[in-house]
Amino acid sequence: MPVRKLTVNGRRVEVDVEDDVRLLWVLRDLLGITGPKYGCGLSICQSCTSLVNGKAVNPCAIPVGQLRPSDEVITIEGLADAVGGDGLHPVQEVWLEEDVAQCGYCQPGQIMAAVDLIQGLLAAGRSEVTEDELDSLRNVCRCGTYPRVRTAIRRALAVMSETPVFVRGARR
Amino acid sequence: MSERTTQGDPMHHSATGVSRRRFLGYVVAGPTLITAARWIDPLATADAQELPSIGAQIAESYDLIDFLRDAARPTANLITVRVDDDGTVSFELHRTEVGQGISTAIAMIIAEEMDVPLSQVRITQADARPELLFNQLTGGSNSIYTLYDPVRIAAAVARQRLLDAAAIALGSAGSQLGIVDGIIRAPDGSSLGFGEVARDAASTTTEEVDVEPKAERPRIVGTPQNRIDARAMVTGEMRYTTDLDVPDALPTMVARPPTHLGRPLRVRNEGEVQALPGVTHVAMVESGVAIRARTFGQCIDALQVIDVEWTSGPAAGMTDETVQAALEAAEMPPVAPDTGFLDPLGLPVPVETRDFAFTFAFQPNCPLEPNPCVADVRSDRAEIWGPMKNPVVAQQDIAEALGLPQGAVTVHVVQGGGSFGRDLFWDAAREAALVSQAMGVPVRLSWTRTDDFRQGRAHPACRSSIRITRSATDIVSYAQHHTSVNTDFGHGLGEIISARFDELPGGLGGLGFSQTVFMLTQYVPYDFGPVQQQLTETLPDPGEVETNVFRTGSMRNIYSPNVVTARELTIDQVAAEVGRDPLELRLATLRDARSRAVLEKVAEAGSWGREMPAGTAQGLGFHSEYKGRAACLIEIDCRPETVGRTVPTAPYAYTGPRVTRAIYAVDVGLTINPRGLEAQMLGGMMDGIANCLSFSLHLVDGAFAEDSWEHAYYTRQWNVPFETQVFILDSSSQPGGAGELGVAASMAATATAYARATGSMPTSFPINHELPLAESIVPQGTIPQSPTDGLGRR
Repeated sequence: MPVRKLTVNGRRVEVDVEDDVRLLWVLRDLLGITGPKYGCGLSICQSCTSLVNGKAVNPCAIPVGQLRPSDEVITIEGLADAVGGDGLHPVQEVWLEEDVAQCGYCQPGQIMAAVDLIQGLLAAGRSEVTEDELDSLRNVCRCGTYPRVRTAIRRALAVMSETPVFVRGARR
Repeated sequence: MSERTTQGDPMHHSATGVSRRRFLGYVVAGPTLITAARWIDPLATADAQELPSIGAQIAESYDLIDFLRDAARPTANLITVRVDDDGTVSFELHRTEVGQGISTAIAMIIAEEMDVPLSQVRITQADARPELLFNQLTGGSNSIYTLYDPVRIAAAVARQRLLDAAAIALGSAGSQLGIVDGIIRAPDGSSLGFGEVARDAASTTTEEVDVEPKAERPRIVGTPQNRIDARAMVTGEMRYTTDLDVPDALPTMVARPPTHLGRPLRVRNEGEVQALPGVTHVAMVESGVAIRARTFGQCIDALQVIDVEWTSGPAAGMTDETVQAALEAAEMPPVAPDTGFLDPLGLPVPVETRDFAFTFAFQPNCPLEPNPCVADVRSDRAEIWGPMKNPVVAQQDIAEALGLPQGAVTVHVVQGGGSFGRDLFWDAAREAALVSQAMGVPVRLSWTRTDDFRQGRAHPACRSSIRITRSATDIVSYAQHHTSVNTDFGHGLGEIISARFDELPGGLGGLGFSQTVFMLTQYVPYDFGPVQQQLTETLPDPGEVETNVFRTGSMRNIYSPNVVTARELTIDQVAAEVGRDPLELRLATLRDARSRAVLEKVAEAGSWGREMPAGTAQGLGFHSEYKGRAACLIEIDCRPETVGRTVPTAPYAYTGPRVTRAIYAVDVGLTINPRGLEAQMLGGMMDGIANCLSFSLHLVDGAFAEDSWEHAYYTRQWNVPFETQVFILDSSSQPGGAGELGVAASMAATATAYARATGSMPTSFPINHELPLAESIVPQGTIPQSPTDGLGRR
């Protein structure tokens, strides 16, 4: 098996694995990074959503051989550290204040998708999000946390548009 | 967005006499302080009920949560609160947290009674405890209703013992001590933490004590609190079943048959599968062929290759149409009860009879967490981890399946990633145990998403027929006959005896169980004269050998969403025919003030009757169950430009009619956590919208077609109302059930709004079920491979 070099949550790691194994399983089954969740393995439910070079992707649909050692993977576990500072990422903080999570299973993916959406809006100099943009989020939540997700994104955007926050590697 | 309104003062516990009553509890023998409640006397805790009127249905005065609570009474004393020398107050929760917020609510009840910060209370999941008998089942919205008294009594005993021990240590009279934020304080300024007196407060023998729960105004109960486990959820630290680090428990998935509930006969290419990268073991079990590999990705790869010969399942050849035909054939047409109305001359008052029939498709009961279990089975013992809501029956059933004594099987309950009723069954746990035994190694088993839809638990297809009679503009009798594919209650009441009762040959036991659940959940809250509601179940019929044609189960709110939607549509239709306003007709006939209050609240908040553009409309729904009352006002947009909208990021999106506004009012009696209750109602509304408009399974040739969230249309962001509001009206000193109370009224309101917007009453649900199936659905017996374009796709 080839030894792959990866950068995950700011750490360089090596893992023996075939090239076609999807990143989700490398993270979860081989590296023990279990924040990204399996909800379908089909790039539909978005519960594994993580960031590669600051952009939201679905690790269930990325053969690990497609990643270069310099590509930085950030999972929910590394989100807070990816923006510096002591506490959580502002989106995580707002998620707590709004008490968004119910069972929590989809929430790492929800948060990463929200981070990506908000970063895109901030990069465009926007401080408000439209209903269409909120509708564009594909993350499935079977508990039905959607209304609080919408509220939390609006609030996080308001907070972050005062002091823009981008994860490492994100396009500004 | 939530406003909290109260009816009267919810804090005046003492006025009701409940909190001021003295209870008995125990200090349980142990090295540190451990306390419990005594068996709760039903008469001592019965809330003042409104007396049922003559001819009232059973569920109006005694319902499913009473039944479940009574079943739990004898073992209430086995539930303990523990105080350790680090000052933490611990409680092993014997109900399963799956997102419904019970762990937070229980922590609040303890924190309230003991005056400790919420952060000092530690809630963990109890392993299966067979001695609890009927008291370890999480379902029927009974958790808080059942646990409220035992938990607060045990906490009250602990509080009293800590104060008594502190009084000795501080040389102060116990009555002069107070507790503030978990610190016991004396008038002279001296203080002690709980941890410092926990050992002194302990007892070497179990003692019965007399205790009076706190009577002061609650500080925590009734105030909005965020979930105690939210931080772990938003940081990725929360460990769900497949996240557990159990040594050598490698990923395992199961190849399943192309028809629903088919069985494996043989693997045609075991050698080929065994040689695939990462694969360690292949083993056939009763439900399919398991593949264990280094990664789940390699299990999915192997599922593409494996070739298995299968038997046909018991539903072979059946379709939605044949099932609906069977339901119609099994239906006993509702007979209008005789109103007995006579005019002054002694002649019958002229009445008009109207008949209505509604059909409902199968629905998938899929949480986001695909059915998981970790199992480590050895020759003489087994250890099982999973999100089981029925761990005692699971333990008993698994022990029997493995040929081990019950005590040799340890079942660890793991917090679940949603359930909605699915995890009342232990399908994945039994399977994982058998796989681990067959392979001789530990396994970390997950169902595939596709199998969770096709072979997992489904809400049964059903039909509901209603016959009403009306005299002038009034409904004067109401009969409803509900006919359903058998709902599997094989989980019983939480232990094997009642579970096996449901499995009696010929479906006889199950029939009785279903009837009991139906009768204990359904009643007509309106004054419609003589009322009758009945259930018939089929597939299988009584007398047939197969116990299950379909793998069904209770999906959030069991029969109510269907029964209530049919009823509320009928009321609207009659109102339209006789020229009455749907709100006015309901308010004029709802029997109690609590019911009218929630309906009036949504009507007022939603400006009922306001002008709206053609193709859009408001609708109302009302539902009462589990001691609660719920009303919903929905505004829906059915204009073609809305129905046909697209979502650029999701070409597969089912958009359809858009609920633009959803307003809910709920009265569950005493609200423990308004924030959690609001979350349950919001989630229930998302279910209600999906149930009405889009979320179903298509039965095609003995198998369910839907393969993923791409084709099974649960509510997504593009279906979410732009505005949601939840109003909480408190009315009692006792909590009712809340986990399911958001579903039925919102499904009904979505349906009545749709009828008013389109001018045509829908009779088949979900409304989009008749649309053709997507061509991209994968064939039966195959699992879609994961895509490879994730880096380029957004």
